Amino acid sequence: MQALTNKAQAVNREPMTFWERLYLINIIKGMFITFSHMFKKQPTIHYPEQKREFSPVFRGLHVLNRDEEGRERCTACGLCAVACPAEAITMEAAERVAGEEGLYREEKYAAKYEINMLRCIFCGLCEEACPKDAIYLSETFAPANYTRKGFIYGKTDLLIPNPKTEADALAMAKGVEA
Amino acid sequence: MTIIAIDWAFIVEKLIMIAIVVFASLGIALYTTFGERKVAAILQDRPGPSRVGPFGLFQPLADGLKLIMKEEIIPNAANKWLFILGPGLAMTASLMTCAVIPWGSAVDVFGRHVALQIADVNIGILYVFAVVSMGVYGIMIGGWASNNKFSLMSSLRAASQAISYELAMGLALIALLMTTGSLSLKTIVEQQVSGRYWNIVYQPLGFLLFFITALAECNRTPFDLPEAENELNFGYHQEYSSMKLGFYLFAEYINMIMSSAIMASMYFGGYDLPFFNEASVAPNIAALIGVGTLLIKIVMFIFLFMWIRWTIPRFRYDQLMNLGWKTMIPLALFNLLLTGAVILAKL
Repeated sequence: MQALTNKAQAVNREPMTFWERLYLINIIKGMFITFSHMFKKQPTIHYPEQKREFSPVFRGLHVLNRDEEGRERCTACGLCAVACPAEAITMEAAERVAGEEGLYREEKYAAKYEINMLRCIFCGLCEEACPKDAIYLSETFAPANYTRKGFIYGKTDLLIPNPKTEADALAMAKGVEA
Repeated sequence: MTIIAIDWAFIVEKLIMIAIVVFASLGIALYTTFGERKVAAILQDRPGPSRVGPFGLFQPLADGLKLIMKEEIIPNAANKWLFILGPGLAMTASLMTCAVIPWGSAVDVFGRHVALQIADVNIGILYVFAVVSMGVYGIMIGGWASNNKFSLMSSLRAASQAISYELAMGLALIALLMTTGSLSLKTIVEQQVSGRYWNIVYQPLGFLLFFITALAECNRTPFDLPEAENELNFGYHQEYSSMKLGFYLFAEYINMIMSSAIMASMYFGGYDLPFFNEASVAPNIAALIGVGTLLIKIVMFIFLFMWIRWTIPRFRYDQLMNLGWKTMIPLALFNLLLTGAVILAKL
């Protein structure tokens, strides 16, 4: 039979010699191999103290963005919900009334915006679909929870801190998440 | 009128010594489990237990506490008496071995000359053999009383393995006894202290055979067939829980310590520190140095046991029997012949 690669080796079917039947030499060889591992670097990351760095393209928990003046960018157009392959996003739109110009950037905003983190597959298609740069995937992941309800993240969980009024909190969140 | 003159001080002395040796062996066994996990980890590029206390040093205490707190379960179908007797017997047998091991020369305390050995029996090695053979009863009884086919299978394996390897062990020892001319461990060690070389120089093949059979007697890898996890679930202690399981696990580690001590005493000079003149320091200090030396030798043997365990896989059952009957026993007989020939030539 023709070998597919040149790595194939014929198996030696000869009966073992006396020294091989004693196993001793090969055992001692093996023991030197394991001994050499005592001096190797351990790849272990001691988790709570050390954390593994995420790659720059890591897609984690979503955040809803605000603009520089602290206004919500989302206009509840629903493109993210349409783009979502896991159907994890639901939202309800509402119209901005007079006096709310400081809260919402455009005339329409999301009154309710929910992502089910158990459904979400963190593909990042919502981020790509968003025309208003309102939704981003951050560099953290969803922490454990006791109930399924706890995994449905609402606007309060997703919105980033207001850069105007909560500048400290925003800096901290960026520091932690970056 | 005294019918029997009882030396009370002697009894107290021996009781204290027994207590020290038993508790020390238990403590060392506790930390041997820690050592086992650490050595396994380091040989596999892992850090090992490191969370409980500094460097994970309190891990064995946490493990022991866990074992004690677990629920005691005795299966309905088990033979209750024998089920309880099994671990007790295994533990007793492994602790009894330490009675004849000379831990050091002798110290002078409160005007008494105390030999650091519980009992200098003149048939010390035979005693060790008898007790080690008893150890297999603990496994047999435990496995049979569990009324579980895997446990029974594993205890049968343990028994046949012990019988096969005890033969080679005995033959390897006879060659040693031919050169020393004594069965007393104390005498054997003293010969090595005063003689030029340790017995390993005279009996290298004998030591190798004894070491391999000791691995088999302790049910250590590559001879851990009685507790082969992947074929017999957990072996003879499958039905055991709580401290009864703890006794089995402990007995195994104590067996390891004791066989290390015996090997160190018989082949590696026991408490003899090489290139050191014991007469140059006070006798008490010399005795303590001797105890330390023996402990270091024991630790080195235990490390060797662990190193082997984490290097090679388990033998298949037929390989085990082939090795035992077709390789070890002929080699032991050959060693016997060789030793006899050398002794004859010297006469």
